[in-house]
Amino acid sequence: MALAKRIIPCLDVDNGRVVKGVQFVDIRDAGDPVEVAKRYNEEGADEVTFLDITASHEGRDTTVHTVERMASEVFIPLTVGGGIRKIEDIRRMLNAGADKVGINSAAVSDPDFVKAAADRFGAQCIVVAIDAKQVSRPGEPLRWEIFTHGGRKPTGIDAVEWAKRMTAYGAGEILLTSMDRDGTKNGFDLKLTRAISDAVSVPVIASGGVGNLQHLADGVLEGNADAVLAASIFHFGEYSVPEAKQYMRERGIEVRL
Amino acid sequence: MNRQTLAVIDYGMGNLHSVASALSKVAPEIEVLVTSDPNVVAAADRVVFPGVGAIRDCMAEIRRLGFDQLLREQVASGKPVLGVCVGMQALLERSEENGGVDCIGLLPGQVRFFGPDLKDADGHVLKVPHMGWNQVHHKDHPLWAGIEQDARFYFVHSFYAEATDLDQVAGTCDYGRTFAAAMQQDNLFAAQFHPEKSHTAGLQLLKNFVAWDGKP
Repeated sequence: MALAKRIIPCLDVDNGRVVKGVQFVDIRDAGDPVEVAKRYNEEGADEVTFLDITASHEGRDTTVHTVERMASEVFIPLTVGGGIRKIEDIRRMLNAGADKVGINSAAVSDPDFVKAAADRFGAQCIVVAIDAKQVSRPGEPLRWEIFTHGGRKPTGIDAVEWAKRMTAYGAGEILLTSMDRDGTKNGFDLKLTRAISDAVSVPVIASGGVGNLQHLADGVLEGNADAVLAASIFHFGEYSVPEAKQYMRERGIEVRL
Repeated sequence: MNRQTLAVIDYGMGNLHSVASALSKVAPEIEVLVTSDPNVVAAADRVVFPGVGAIRDCMAEIRRLGFDQLLREQVASGKPVLGVCVGMQALLERSEENGGVDCIGLLPGQVRFFGPDLKDADGHVLKVPHMGWNQVHHKDHPLWAGIEQDARFYFVHSFYAEATDLDQVAGTCDYGRTFAAAMQQDNLFAAQFHPEKSHTAGLQLLKNFVAWDGKP
């Protein structure tokens, strides 16, 4: 008996609609995040992450409404990230039914925000999202830094030190995305994942670069990740969540089937 | 005939939307009331006592609102009562969290910290919080009806219940040590995991709670 490693499909949502296309032929509205989340719930996903990329202020009300609908129909944990900048943003999402919120750039611009958020709501619902990129040159010891603005803006902050600091400030979980690998389908940055996971006491979700099932298993076995997050391999029907779990189990990983 | 009512006690600690939705989903025939009104709780046929966040803040609100006494009365009345997560921890005598906090004391036992040197049987370091789907080995109790032995439930916690009386442990879970994933005492049942987030097995447990007559 052991804690299962988690598989987490991630939905990018803009103004209440799933973007980057989800291709399930048999659901009524593949653009509706609630329909998509329900499908993943039925397939046995362990959690769902909802990344809100809505730019407009008015669109945020749509997001809250979508989270409410999702929480009424999906009875697995739901994390909402994107645009979380104030205590009030967290309160709204948790009241709407989110179990956890992901804090990304607001943590970089104001690290004390993470402390305040964890004090107010408890570490269990505060996920700090870290976007990291390798900055060491070939031959040098490996080093990664935090980047913001979708990987365009360097901050000079060391990723491993940052993860430790965020954990000390009350992050209950780290969502780690390799900006070098995101969208490449070449697999997670396993060395980065391992470095962060071994440096912190809280669970780490590996993200960025999944192209096949072997990548998911490697994230756990070599990256020491506690959970693996993927979007396109599931959305485009290349692999289903049950297939992913079956494969991980064959590789000796404890999963919830 | 009046509909059966179920009160979810609201003391301002976190979101109760999920637990209320899950209860409405499994038992559309009953009326689920999220409430901080002691009269509504007292009039309800059954009571759910949830909780998230830090125990010090939870207990401060529970005491300020007089809900410790309210809960004692509800449990004494014989109606089915379900504590969830920090709601379960608050029912024990004392928690180590926040430097030590006295709790309600309806269930004999202590709440202890998992870390920081938690390891599995093979010596691997275990992360804290204990977050995710873990197996619950359950004993005979009506709330486990239709749930397979060692089914997985969703946990998220850094502190665990250590029961004084092992007969009150309704289910165990292993995470570096064996701990009480669920406890029971007459008409009171408490779960460390989140049934409202535990998909099929969790919804079944909530359904069983709604059908439960309060007898072990």
